[in-house]
Amino acid sequence: MPLFGPEATLFAVLAPFVAAIFAPAVTRHLKHNAAWVLAIVPAVVFLHFAGLAGLVAQGAVFAPSTDWAPSYGLTLSFYIDGLSSLFALLISGIGTFIVLYSGGYLKGHPHQGRFFSFIFMFMGSMLGLVTADNLITLFVFWELTSITSFLLIGFDHLRMASRRAALQALVVTGGGGLALLAGFLLIMGLTGEANMSAVLASGDLLRESGAYPVVFLLVLGGAFTKSAQFPFHFWLPNAMEAPTPVSAYLHSATMVKAGVYLLMRVQPVLGDTELWTFVLPLFGGTTLIVGTLLAVRQTDLKLMLAYTTVASLGLLVMLTGTSIDKAIEGAALYLFAHSLFKGALFMVAGTIDHEAGTRDITRLGGLRKAMPITFAAACLAGLSMSGLPPFIGFIAKEYLYEGIWGEGGASALLTATAVVGNALMLVIAAAVALRPFTGVKVETPKHAHEGPILLIAGPVVLSILGLLFALTAHWTGETLIGPTVGSILGEAHALNLHLMPTHIGAPLFLSLITIALGVALYLRLDALRHAMFRLLQAIGWGPDKGFDQAIAGIVSLSTGVTRIVQGGRLQVYLVLTFAVTALALLVPPALTGSWPQVPSVPDFRFYEWTVLAIAAAGLVAVLTARTRLTAIVSLGIQGFAVALIFMLFGAPDLSFTQFMVETLSVVILALVMTRLNLAPRDHRRVVHRVFDGAIAIAIGFGFGALLMQITELPFDSKLSDFFAEYSRAIAHGRNIVNVIIVDFRGFDTLGEISVVMVTGLAVLALIRVRPRRQREDVAPATEQPVKPAIKHKEAAS
Amino acid sequence: MEATFSILIGLFFAVSVYLVMSRQIVRILLGIGILGNAVNLLIFTSGRLTREVPPVIPPEAVTPLEATANPLPQALILTAIVISFSFFAFLLVLAFRAYQELGTDDANEMRVAEPVGDAAPPQGY
Amino acid sequence: MRTVIFRTIAPYLAALMVLFSIFVLLRGHNEPGGGFIGGLIAASAFAIYGIACGVAAVRRAISFHPMTISGFGLFLATVSGLPSLFVSQPFMTSQWLYIHAFGVEVPLSTPMFFDIGVYFVVVGAIGSIALGLEERESD
Repeated sequence: MPLFGPEATLFAVLAPFVAAIFAPAVTRHLKHNAAWVLAIVPAVVFLHFAGLAGLVAQGAVFAPSTDWAPSYGLTLSFYIDGLSSLFALLISGIGTFIVLYSGGYLKGHPHQGRFFSFIFMFMGSMLGLVTADNLITLFVFWELTSITSFLLIGFDHLRMASRRAALQALVVTGGGGLALLAGFLLIMGLTGEANMSAVLASGDLLRESGAYPVVFLLVLGGAFTKSAQFPFHFWLPNAMEAPTPVSAYLHSATMVKAGVYLLMRVQPVLGDTELWTFVLPLFGGTTLIVGTLLAVRQTDLKLMLAYTTVASLGLLVMLTGTSIDKAIEGAALYLFAHSLFKGALFMVAGTIDHEAGTRDITRLGGLRKAMPITFAAACLAGLSMSGLPPFIGFIAKEYLYEGIWGEGGASALLTATAVVGNALMLVIAAAVALRPFTGVKVETPKHAHEGPILLIAGPVVLSILGLLFALTAHWTGETLIGPTVGSILGEAHALNLHLMPTHIGAPLFLSLITIALGVALYLRLDALRHAMFRLLQAIGWGPDKGFDQAIAGIVSLSTGVTRIVQGGRLQVYLVLTFAVTALALLVPPALTGSWPQVPSVPDFRFYEWTVLAIAAAGLVAVLTARTRLTAIVSLGIQGFAVALIFMLFGAPDLSFTQFMVETLSVVILALVMTRLNLAPRDHRRVVHRVFDGAIAIAIGFGFGALLMQITELPFDSKLSDFFAEYSRAIAHGRNIVNVIIVDFRGFDTLGEISVVMVTGLAVLALIRVRPRRQREDVAPATEQPVKPAIKHKEAAS
Repeated sequence: MEATFSILIGLFFAVSVYLVMSRQIVRILLGIGILGNAVNLLIFTSGRLTREVPPVIPPEAVTPLEATANPLPQALILTAIVISFSFFAFLLVLAFRAYQELGTDDANEMRVAEPVGDAAPPQGY
Repeated sequence: MRTVIFRTIAPYLAALMVLFSIFVLLRGHNEPGGGFIGGLIAASAFAIYGIACGVAAVRRAISFHPMTISGFGLFLATVSGLPSLFVSQPFMTSQWLYIHAFGVEVPLSTPMFFDIGVYFVVVGAIGSIALGLEERESD
């Protein structure tokens, strides 16, 4: 029975976020032992999903949803089937041990609390990602994992390598996320459904749609970047700059599998097409080979493991891409196995680094006496990774060989790729598990000894689980892997898992070949490494370097564009703005030929004509003013003319306000302008004046024509009538304008008076802030305007 | 009636835009002052013009007895006038302080925020 | 500007203007007027007083800093929106209360307090600007 019922899934997803809030405080009090307390959170989440998984194994599918913003029809809906429950179990289960491990690994680190916080945020995002039903929710969690990954990789933000790796991961995976968003929007448009469960029920709709290749490529863009497929693989090894718990958790066991999760998730609706079965195995296979070869070249334990993670992800993509039932069984098994052994091996590498002070394989050896438990865990995990019986890795390999083995050239190619890849994987597994522990004891920077319980709990449990799940293969297949495969295939799937092969056939032989090849290569590991080193030197360029070049290029490009677009000349900005405004006003009527009619001379009264003439005269006077006083007075004249216009056309309120404002304007202008110079003439050159004048006339003409056209149309007085009708009836006021301001639109007015007050504060601040120069120098600034402060700035910079 | 107003408002816009495009801060300020009036008149006129009858309900009635001026644009403009005034005052003081600090009233010489020959941003992480 | 006549008249003029501004403010709901106009009139009164008799005199006369008055106005305007919440109506729904005192019916309403708030905001903010600029002039 589930612990809290499927509805509690929302809380299960939110729990890590809550833990993230409290983690720093808990850590402040309990130091590294906080890990014991904090690990309870993922453990409880694990129990919740374990309960659900039991029901899922019996064929249940849960879609609990919570109303979020019902008025907008938004619900937080989750979808829990075999695939998502397997992922949720891995995330929360491994997460529990990662939290413990972090307690030991970052013991005494000043920011350990922050680290826990980030880890929990990631955990919540990842849980949300795999359980989300709504596509947009899925996308949001997808990007959240990118962001938390960024924070974790850049945890040691004082080192440039960390910053670079963090940024690189964010750019690559975040960019892929945007492609995914586009893909999701397209899917939502094509199917008319916003929920993954509904999309999955849409059958062949997407496959038969003309937009299928676009959807396919966009989804692939998200999946390939997240799961570090060639040629986007480079960010993952760089992400090893993060503390080891992060590498173990995000960059091997969980986050990087999000891409694989997505591909598996959409396999029923997007998979099994020619495009799918060609592109996925091609890139997956390439990634597998490239990843293993690059892993061989490394001497750093973490980097070796990181490249094999790339390779494993390639293998998973390749298998998912075949859309063959058996191969997908292999993929699901391998995914499960990989999370267990890779998480364990990363923690082993971290423990070695932590206790011995280095993780360079050439400087390690003979640690088996000093670190026996770590050695044992490393061996168990290494055997699983090598695909040897009786471990879960072995079963996975048997099934995947069986899946891809078949007739035809494509199948042979896939099989050869898998064999070579697995053999090289065995080489790395052996190197990581044996090299540091066996052989002659090498002096290490720190005096090596066994790690504390916090550090060894994770690797020991995970590696033993790799063995236990294999020994209880039938149960594993029934409860965990079978339902997962069912979800990937989109139909119920019974899986009868056996530890030992039931018949002597191709898979077994392929396994033997793999092991033989692997052992042979392991014995010549150093030679192999040197060969790879020389090869890579000969090539000399990789996507990693390309990333640097691309970033540098973007910075240069944007600098150039900014220099052109924002030249720092106000005049240019204004001319551009107004020219575009003029075009916007004049082009549409010019194209449609809908100019207003030529107006007839209206029946204005004499005094009305006079007021209009005064306004016009005031405007012209401002334009031609040669002294400050003339300019101020003319500005006042046009302002008062406007006030008169308001008065004549039934707006006494406006008129009074305008009068007061114009008076005050003239007063403060007079106060300020005595200090400002007004050059007697416009210092624009004639060409400029003609040009500016043309734009100004175009704008004036445009607005005039626009207004004429508006007023030619019949007037809809619905809104005004409403106010006239109800002003007295329900608002008890006879001055309709005032009623609108203080009652009907009171909330707007509240905002507007806030603006007035803020402006008052701003002016006060501007007046009060004394120029530094004035305080330092005795000389009055007004008489001796010291040439710009710009000069000082330039000298300083 | 509205058509003639449109022409006047066009003139308001033309004059203010011409002034704003100047390099001299004082002229820019004058232009802004006029621009506010231009926009207010634009809103006022687009709500149609009615002579002399303010939108006030007589004491004995519940609704206006005759056709009044349109109250809605008036309510919009009333607050706009006050806000544009305070904005104008802010610009005025800003211009004044800029003149004091930088010793110039030429917009093109005020290059503190965007200096001439600004160095390219550093490459790297 | 600081002629004897101006300096003599200015205090009375300013006082009259403030009085008038309050009149304009209070009649605003039924006749042309209201908080914005009233506030501007009062602000001009302070400006005139300041020009005539110096800013220090104005600051003494109003005893609060203009921005304090402005802040009080914004507070009053916001608070006047709250009573409607007590009768489960949306924020800023107007509430009316008729009080009979000395044989006269005095209508009290939240929009009135809101308008008074507007008045204070405008007086404070515009007055502060005007006084600030005048002060610069004198130093």
